[in-house]
Amino acid sequence: MTDLSSAAIPPVGPDDHVRGEGEEGVVVYADLGCPRCAADWPRLRERPGRLVFRHFPLASKHPRSPALHAAAEAAGRQGRFFEMVDSLYADRGRVDDPHLWERVERLGLDLDRFEADRRSAEIETRVRRDFESGIRAGVTSTPGLFSLPAA
Amino acid sequence: MIAVGEQAPDFTLRDQDGEKVSLSDFRGRKVMLVFYPGDFSPVCGDQLSIYQEVKPEIAEKGVELVGISVDSFFAHKAFQEKLGIDTILLSDFEPKGEVARAYGSYIEAPLGFANRTLVLVDEDGKVAWTYESPNPGEFPGANVIFDALS
Repeated sequence: MTDLSSAAIPPVGPDDHVRGEGEEGVVVYADLGCPRCAADWPRLRERPGRLVFRHFPLASKHPRSPALHAAAEAAGRQGRFFEMVDSLYADRGRVDDPHLWERVERLGLDLDRFEADRRSAEIETRVRRDFESGIRAGVTSTPGLFSLPAA
Repeated sequence: MIAVGEQAPDFTLRDQDGEKVSLSDFRGRKVMLVFYPGDFSPVCGDQLSIYQEVKPEIAEKGVELVGISVDSFFAHKAFQEKLGIDTILLSDFEPKGEVARAYGSYIEAPLGFANRTLVLVDEDGKVAWTYESPNPGEFPGANVIFDALS
């Protein structure tokens, strides 16, 4: 049975999505369908230090979110995670499948691999893992921010 | 707040579809009553949206989640549809806030709505656990619910 009781956020690990360097920074639990996250994203990405992105899709509120998080994760399998996130937040009106394929082409990704990956159980599990760690840490709105290094 | 160990006051309220729902309908099961200030405020939306995402895990614990506010059941229906949630929402509308008062959750005028309060009612209809937010603008994360159930 899944344990969703209170727990600190997991330490930054090798398969986290990390942009920037340094001990200090921020872990962001973000929803790719969330307008507040999109509005905050330019400021967040310009912060000094490390930015760690964790998935926190609220599917009931933003029905497209699960697909967008899976797409970002699939792009990440080809080394372009943050480029996909930047693009999704920058153009929130174009997030249907054909728009994702345009991005895949623009980023020079392998479309067949992207399509297989984004529908895989592995990626679904990976996204859910982040989401559950956010729930356990008490994330109540997005973007949910935690300072690094953790206290 | 109502005290742990007390018999949870029974009530009959209308749900988002106008159907009457009583606390005693849930006897034999656990119920988490989620008192909240009102439909359509951004914080309420986030609270119920986040709980919705972990509803299967809450159900695994044998607990039914039930939201209660002073809004009409018509508003509840629209709110439920807006959020895309299927959590039961009960209308503590007339007399306004009567159930919230019975549970010690009501904030009197000028606010005139329930504070964010969680009340776990056990299979026998007794209060097993409670949580009250420091203020209506803050809400307990879903982790708090799972702490109570673990």
